Amino acid sequence: MNYQYVLQRLLSAIVVVLGVTIVVFIIVQIVPGDPARVMLGPYASDEAVLGLRERLGLDRPILEQYLLWLGRAARGDLGQSLLNGQEVAAQLWGRIGPSFELAMVSLAIGLAIAFPIGMISALKPGSVVDVVATLFSQIGVSVPTFWMGILLVIVVSLNLGLLPPSGYTPIAEDPGDWLAHIILPAFTAGFVSASIQTRFIRSAMLDVLNANYVQTARAKGLAERAVVVNHALRNALINIVTIIGLQITALFSGIVIVEVVFSWPGLGRLALNAVEERDYPLLQGAVLVVAVMVTMVNLFVDLLYFLLDPRIEYV
Amino acid sequence: MAGLPATVDPRKSKTDEALGPANTLWRDALRRLLRHHLAMFGAAVLIIVVVMGIFGPAITPYDPNGMDFSNRFGNPSMQHWMGTDDFGRDIFSRIIIGARVSLQVGFVAVSVATIVGASLGLVAGYSTRLTDEVIMRAMDVLYAIPAILLAIAIVAVLGKGIGNTMIAIGIVYIPIFARIARAAVLGIRNEEFIIAAQAMGAGDIRILLTHVLPNVLSPIIVEITLSLAFAILAEAALSFFGLGTQPPDPSWGRMLSEGRDFFRQSGWMGVFPGLAIFFTVMGFNFLGDGLRDALDPKLRR
Repeated sequence: MNYQYVLQRLLSAIVVVLGVTIVVFIIVQIVPGDPARVMLGPYASDEAVLGLRERLGLDRPILEQYLLWLGRAARGDLGQSLLNGQEVAAQLWGRIGPSFELAMVSLAIGLAIAFPIGMISALKPGSVVDVVATLFSQIGVSVPTFWMGILLVIVVSLNLGLLPPSGYTPIAEDPGDWLAHIILPAFTAGFVSASIQTRFIRSAMLDVLNANYVQTARAKGLAERAVVVNHALRNALINIVTIIGLQITALFSGIVIVEVVFSWPGLGRLALNAVEERDYPLLQGAVLVVAVMVTMVNLFVDLLYFLLDPRIEYV
Repeated sequence: MAGLPATVDPRKSKTDEALGPANTLWRDALRRLLRHHLAMFGAAVLIIVVVMGIFGPAITPYDPNGMDFSNRFGNPSMQHWMGTDDFGRDIFSRIIIGARVSLQVGFVAVSVATIVGASLGLVAGYSTRLTDEVIMRAMDVLYAIPAILLAIAIVAVLGKGIGNTMIAIGIVYIPIFARIARAAVLGIRNEEFIIAAQAMGAGDIRILLTHVLPNVLSPIIVEITLSLAFAILAEAALSFFGLGTQPPDPSWGRMLSEGRDFFRQSGWMGVFPGLAIFFTVMGFNFLGDGLRDALDPKLRR
């Protein structure tokens, strides 16, 4: 096995995360005017502003500020929330679980929709199913995520009274209640990503079905089922996994929106609350953690790709 | 069969075709586009939206901010086609005015993304390995932060409001244009016409603008159209969060967030603004897909 590929991917993930720390750091630096003044509001006293400047280290050179901040962040210290003085890291920690759960269930629902539709439309190109599937994927990407969430709440929760319109129960507390709360938000985020995935799964499968080795498999008299499952699908999976990886960032974008619509206690809603309260350290932390999460999932997918495709021996 | 001319004129030789009008590539593309049903449907929807955007105030049946408290939460009727909201304002009029906001944000944001992104991509693809690495790694970093979250963070820093929303959405889509422009440049940078231009002593900027840019235009045009769809979705989401358009100006996203508290009284407040966003975004998506097929028939599947 060639571990150079793994090493290379690991290295580029580290570079990306470092880059994100710079972006997140700069975010606060470019707040117009004095960040301390902006954070405290127009009516704060000069002493309060000076005190905050000192506490945040704003009076030091910018590179030193960044390195200090980075050093603390690496040790898990992301500073204190401006609003309630709590540790930012502690606040974020409790939000990672719900966001991650929502992302994974959304991904699962999205794939459960996209996989069969994409497969059938690739196996029967030009059929009614194919046309409907193509139209579905075209229309699906145009639906605003938050609007779909709102409509589901109106119909499923308010009118039919089937599922709760918002909120969260930890899975350890009550798995049934957790499930009831997660279905609507996960379906909302999953539906939009399904419409994109359907298209990619269809074209990945079509590529493979037209390959020579699939023709050979058919020519030697294999049953169609065996051709599709053993020869075509296994190879198409490689491309499909790559595409899912590329979709992860977009999926998390949808998760942020869904969390707000369904009052889901995740990182996205926390970030938006931080914006409303001008709580910049909290916003910094939330953006950083989400970006690290996305990068790690991407890295995981890349390594999965490495395991799935024995041909990969990247230089 | 699609894409082949219906009849071939035997009197016309290959040389004639080669010597035909200089813009025949674009004309061919236009012909293919006009035959693309979904693209034409998208274009028709967009024409309606653009008309609403341009003539907005002149064609609204009511004052979009005019309140009528005797007529709150009205269902759709002959007087109010889309009903009335919690202040008794005519939803249809507000949707018409909202079109302008969506289009403005879309065009400004995508212009920012295109100009900055494509320039960075052109430079990255054409210059040294080091410049390329630095630019593209920076793009990777921007790309690692989910689009909406990055936009929220940027608006948080710059301040709420429609102008900053445009900038934020523009910044978010810079990496996409950089990647597309770079890939297109890499595909042609070793072609003979580039080398010939270099041999004749043309400067880098001249080569980029007169030789490279025209050849990478089609993927960029396609991406512009598709990005307009995303930009309008993003503006709606940010306004829904209360970061974009500020009251009392109507924006489709804000209308949905204002309606949220009243869905028990009137579900209609949640339906029509969403439909407006949906159709506009779909229009750009259909047109973009059609453009892709029309400009690059080889890719057609």
